[in-house]
Amino acid sequence: MASTRLAAIFAVIASLTLAACSSAVKLDETAPIEARGAGAMGSAADAGTGAGASERPVAQVTIDATRDPTEDPNNPLSRRSIFFDFDSFTIRDEFRPLIELHARYLLTNRDRKVIIQGNTDERGSREYNLALGQKRSEAVRRALLALGVTETQLEAVSLGEEKPRATGTDEAAYAENRRADLAYQ
Amino acid sequence: MQYTASLRLVLAACLAAATLAPAQAQVRIEVSGVGATQLPISVAGFAMDGQVPQDVSEVIRSNLARSGSFRVIDPGITMTDTAPVDFAGARASGAEALVAGSVARLADGRYDVRYRLYDLPKQNIAQGESLVTGAADLRLAGHRISDSIYERLTGEKGIFSTRIAFVTSQAGRFRLNIADWDGENVQSPLVSPEPIISPTWSPDGTRLAYVSFEAKKPVVYVHELATGKRRSVANFRGSNSAPAWAPDGRTLAVALTQDGLSQIYLIDAADGGNLRRLTRTSGIDTEPAFSPDGKSIYFTSDRGGSPQIYRMSATGGDATRITFSGTYNVSPRISPDGRQMAFVTRRDGRFLIAMKDLASGNDTLLTDVGREESPSFAPNGRWVMYTTRQGGRDLLMATSVDGRIKQRLTSSSTEIRESTWGPFAK
Repeated sequence: MASTRLAAIFAVIASLTLAACSSAVKLDETAPIEARGAGAMGSAADAGTGAGASERPVAQVTIDATRDPTEDPNNPLSRRSIFFDFDSFTIRDEFRPLIELHARYLLTNRDRKVIIQGNTDERGSREYNLALGQKRSEAVRRALLALGVTETQLEAVSLGEEKPRATGTDEAAYAENRRADLAYQ
Repeated sequence: MQYTASLRLVLAACLAAATLAPAQAQVRIEVSGVGATQLPISVAGFAMDGQVPQDVSEVIRSNLARSGSFRVIDPGITMTDTAPVDFAGARASGAEALVAGSVARLADGRYDVRYRLYDLPKQNIAQGESLVTGAADLRLAGHRISDSIYERLTGEKGIFSTRIAFVTSQAGRFRLNIADWDGENVQSPLVSPEPIISPTWSPDGTRLAYVSFEAKKPVVYVHELATGKRRSVANFRGSNSAPAWAPDGRTLAVALTQDGLSQIYLIDAADGGNLRRLTRTSGIDTEPAFSPDGKSIYFTSDRGGSPQIYRMSATGGDATRITFSGTYNVSPRISPDGRQMAFVTRRDGRFLIAMKDLASGNDTLLTDVGREESPSFAPNGRWVMYTTRQGGRDLLMATSVDGRIKQRLTSSSTEIRESTWGPFAK
């Protein structure tokens, strides 16, 4: 009996998740789910503890706090980094589908804004690297504009060499830091 | 005549200072490459009336030794400014000049610092002064006396009472630091969890402009040191960076990306108003630096395909390329007399400080470590300060403008970057 109800609840969650992936509807509009049955009698977390099962069991349902698809690790929109070659500011072909994915999301969610942060490796002048990082963020901004995204949804900035993701001084670390990130607001 | 081809002086001064001020014990200064003519000068211990928190004579010895222009002799005696001088005895140590002095605590808690500079061959008093100062400024009194002695004996203004700024990073905390010219007496006007870059002194030495990332993007601030009052003066859409003061202290040149890639603009230093765009290229223009007369701006641009230094009028317009050797020349700084330019050049993958004679166009490499950044001139044009990294440690260095004398400040626990030398103290 209980397992049947649990299965039903999981089915609801699964459909909600699918809806989140495929629908262009703003996710904040999903109705909040209330934890019924807890009320003044105690919290859901207390149910089922102590010796023996309660005669009034309460199953706990947890809604993931992250409804933002750009933060959901199971959503391809959570891939928000575009990597660049050494001394290059050209978007590699392998990142075109990712940029198109974000463009579609921004086109269907016109109230969302994104800051594009350009980054560089640590070699050379900090100020010149700041300008180089802007070349990367600007390349991504222009690619999104070309796909029809509204200008007011986008701001390109540079973090230069100041916020390295990898702190090593080898080529692998440098490659990790030659990057533009999409930071949704 | 004293001549030392390659003297390497590890100053015992710093060991003495360590016992007086444990907080500064990790700072150690080395001077290398001192050559040619050094005036031998004897600096006696200043007579101290009661407990004095700072050995002023030691500050003077340290300064004069680090200047590279003096061979400093410590006679190992205490001598008040009014004591009779044994001129023959003092000359026997090889000294040509002698400094003696006293520090007396006044009734109001301040100190009266007096000194005399004796010309030993002429057997007379060359100079003497009395400075009244609070306990916190006894070191500054030592710097001011050093400046007076230096100017009297060399004919040039000393830089011992000037200040420097630099940024340290440790465990995710960034500190904008102010220090005496020798890296000691460090104070932090700004501590932040986000990076701080490109600090630069206002011409009157009361404010710093810098770039802070506290708003998750680069924004230019002007910060009043005495009060801690700060305001964002360039916070336009995109990135805001590379502030440079015009010599009049009223205008800042900055690099903004509100119109695409980095371009150079002018704004009012007081409130960021009166925005004027100076460059109009499709590439990068950044790192503006005014000439001392305020008429020209030197800057870094990739308009020719690689980063090179250009010069344009401070009102904008056509630019002239200045650097031609190599494929990476950035971070221009112009000497106080306007005749030389210090910059960073990449040679065989190594980043070095170079000096260009602007009249002839000739370049001289001043350093050879390979990770050098952030050159800036001392206000008397004698030194260029910069940062580098050696043996996994960040170092703050100063080189004489001919590259012969190097001074090193080491700090055991922090990364040092973004050094910049302040103006002459008012």
